[in-house]
Amino acid sequence: MATDTGLERPDRPAAAPAFQPLSTGRKLKDNLATVLVCLAFLVAVVPLVWVVVTVVGRGIGAIVSADWWGRSLSGVLPESFAGGVYHAIYGTLIQALIAGVIAVPIGILAAVYLVEYGRGRLAKTTSFMVDILAGVPSIVAALFIFAAFISILGAQQSAFMVSLALVLLMLPVVIRNTEEMLRLVPDELREASYALGIPKWKTILRIVLPTALSGTVTGIMLALARVMGETAPVLVLVGYSQSINFDPFSGNMASLPLLMFSELSNPEPAGQFRIWGAALTLILIIMILQLGASVVSRFSAISK
Amino acid sequence: MAKRLDLKAVDIYYGDFHAVQDVNLSVAPRSVTSFIGPSGCGKSTVLRTLNRMHEEIPGARVDGEVLLDGEDIYDRGSDAVAVRRTIGMVFQRPNPFPTMSIRDNVVAGLKLQGVHDKKKLDEVCEASLRGANLWKEVSGRLDKPGGGLSGGQQQRLCIARAIAVAPDVLLMDEPCSALDPISTLAIEDLIADLKKEYTIVIVTHNMQQAARVSDQTAFFNLEATGKPGKLVEIDDTSTIFSNPTEQATEDYISGRFG
Repeated sequence: MATDTGLERPDRPAAAPAFQPLSTGRKLKDNLATVLVCLAFLVAVVPLVWVVVTVVGRGIGAIVSADWWGRSLSGVLPESFAGGVYHAIYGTLIQALIAGVIAVPIGILAAVYLVEYGRGRLAKTTSFMVDILAGVPSIVAALFIFAAFISILGAQQSAFMVSLALVLLMLPVVIRNTEEMLRLVPDELREASYALGIPKWKTILRIVLPTALSGTVTGIMLALARVMGETAPVLVLVGYSQSINFDPFSGNMASLPLLMFSELSNPEPAGQFRIWGAALTLILIIMILQLGASVVSRFSAISK
Repeated sequence: MAKRLDLKAVDIYYGDFHAVQDVNLSVAPRSVTSFIGPSGCGKSTVLRTLNRMHEEIPGARVDGEVLLDGEDIYDRGSDAVAVRRTIGMVFQRPNPFPTMSIRDNVVAGLKLQGVHDKKKLDEVCEASLRGANLWKEVSGRLDKPGGGLSGGQQQRLCIARAIAVAPDVLLMDEPCSALDPISTLAIEDLIADLKKEYTIVIVTHNMQQAARVSDQTAFFNLEATGKPGKLVEIDDTSTIFSNPTEQATEDYISGRFG
């Protein structure tokens, strides 16, 4: 018994105390490990804070002006501290939105197939391909779209081509994330539904997907945020424009990464000013999306 | 309503593994039959073949006949979904749908089968909750999530959900094994009530429970690990517990088993 230390039993010889004090060696190891873990944490956080401080410090001057959010760079001279980037913000948002509209349904359906139906060779192949797609660098995705749609099919460079490349980059993220969320749904819920005489497709649609909804939505928003910063597709697949172009299917269109890239060749201080401003804008947009994701997951969290 | 179940020469396989061998038994309408036996003897497996739930496991296969009022539920023309509408099931762990309110949980079966008449759904909801002895406890909070109830209440919610689709037979797979004695008593009382309208088959590890709730008891056993499980004996509960025919049954019931 744990309480039998020999004190309550005078008939027995006194035993050594059951709990030894912490030895010096273990204390040392404990402290050493604590120091190492804290150091690793600092090393990981320092560059992050550094980036944020730099970008905010240099970019804040640009984004506080009203023109920044409401005007384009149309007719603005390279050396002039004027104009704004709403043409590039629009481009970034519309390209990501189109990519999302295409990638989300395909991704969710593929994940449903893999989790609920997939058995045998087709599922294994699909899963393998998704892994490969996840490892494709964005420049390769961009060049693939260029080769397939522009060189072979004769399409023109446009924002839509960028969206197609972004679809390739989003798909594996959406599929993998949705798959994990669906696998988290306990089989007991599926069985409970089958036992009520509900067919499989309805079980998936009305029981499984709603249960996995918040995680899935969070994953989609994170994937969107991720592709917004992709630079290779916009460099390869669409031309830069100083002014607004609302049509994603034709003509040049700016986006935040593309604007930053093209301003790199501007030797004037105003070019630096715009680059830092655009960088901060991009970070802000992505941050808003991430916040949105956490709000969604909190509100639709399964109530206990 | 309540229908009769007959199993004739039922063999169950998981892939190459012969899980249960040659089960023959009959369950009368409006009666409670309990399956007892050691772990791994196939009693849950047999129960899950009664509403074709084992088909969800890849490679599972059944030979022989399972007759519901003379109709083979494994007949080529019969649909597993239709079978499950007729033969409901309550599981070991309470499993209310986490995204749904108490009301939606109860009427989930009807709603997803396409019934949208709100008045009818409300009636069924109340009747089923009353039938599951849960109405008094939850009538004031039908819009609250089902996951907020206690374990015993959740299990009664699952029973309400199962009887809301008006099945002919109700299967229960160790419905009390995750519950405390008070909740267990509530479920056992409920089983006694439900017997008036439903044919009930219950798997239990608790022999006192089998003795308390069932009219008929079936004892399953397996000779050794890896061998198929078998139905050793089925008889009136009082006979099984006082004067069983087989030595194995007596050993198990009196605790001399393993």
